[in-house]
Amino acid sequence: MHRFANPARFLRMAKVILPYSSGIAVLSLAAGLWFALAASPADYQQGDSVRIMYVHVPSAWMGMFCYVAMAVFSAMALIWKHPLADLLAKATAPVGAAFTFLCLVTGSLWGKPMWGTWWAWDARLTSMLILLFLYLGYMALINAFDDPERGHKAAAILALVGAVNIPVIKWSVDWWNTLHQPASVVKMGGPAIDPSMLVPLLLMALGFKAYWISILILRGRAEIAAQKIRIIRMAQIHAASRGE
Amino acid sequence: MTRKQRRLYFVLLGMAALGAAVALVLTAISDSLVYFYSPTDIVSQRIPEGRRMRIGGLVEEGSVKKDGKLVSFKITDITNTVPVAYAGILPDLFREGQGVVVEGRMEKGQFAASEVLAKHDEKYMPKEVADALKKSGQWNDGKSK
Repeated sequence: MHRFANPARFLRMAKVILPYSSGIAVLSLAAGLWFALAASPADYQQGDSVRIMYVHVPSAWMGMFCYVAMAVFSAMALIWKHPLADLLAKATAPVGAAFTFLCLVTGSLWGKPMWGTWWAWDARLTSMLILLFLYLGYMALINAFDDPERGHKAAAILALVGAVNIPVIKWSVDWWNTLHQPASVVKMGGPAIDPSMLVPLLLMALGFKAYWISILILRGRAEIAAQKIRIIRMAQIHAASRGE
Repeated sequence: MTRKQRRLYFVLLGMAALGAAVALVLTAISDSLVYFYSPTDIVSQRIPEGRRMRIGGLVEEGSVKKDGKLVSFKITDITNTVPVAYAGILPDLFREGQGVVVEGRMEKGQFAASEVLAKHDEKYMPKEVADALKKSGQWNDGKSK
């Protein structure tokens, strides 16, 4: 793990990975959307409304996955002071926030025709809303300090504290009565979802993950460049003040 | 112990303590985290009439009676049932044998619902597969949680 913490090595690897990750993202999202919207069957209970699932469920997974990634990067930054880990955690936050938001919106649009309500304060929906607030808090906190290092440290602690919400989201439907149905894919006894519908779902999930890797590389590069500029500026200021 | 190791143990210990604290709190307030009660809870806990709450269960087969805008049906969790009266629009997924959550209050042994929400289970399949399963007798009713 420590071998990859070197920014120069990250940039070299990023160059190799980026074409593949963006290619996989475009292909699997195109194929996934085609299956999801056209080539997959309607549900026996929900009819065509079930197609919202192909965006809603992978978005929810992404919201949780990105948070776990952010928390792991934050832990690495706090414990081993890897220079790259803070930047990658910071780069992941907006992606996770966007997908969590997408999950809440599509869930609401799905809830109205199926359940008969846009929103319910059940444990699953509420814990997912808390996840969105954790992302927003993280992004606000990391930018709230003049000294970026202090911002990174405060935000990393928030990311770790908020990580307790992840198991609550995952098992909320098993621990308490909720309006939201229990898990269909990641559960004991195998998926309760027909293969013809599971395939487009997994394709979309793969596409979203590949998209995250691409964005992480692009934003990671930008963050490294921004840090270099900061260091050069500081050096210039020092040189100028000494020259007077 | 190096400083890195110390920080590692500090973070791990902190996470464990936080996790335990959250687990304790959630267990303690578990009762208020449930979105609805089951008919058995209602029967056994003797909840006073007039208190607003939600009940969730399955719509009992053959219990739905429509009279104009008025609908009456029974909610069951197999062991116990609660009769429900409702005036309003039912969601698309409302049907006999399916899960519902109703919100309202008990009035004279009957639950007067002001809102009816449909609950769906975790199964997704095309209609043909559902029909084939029913035909071959492998259908387990969709009633298990």
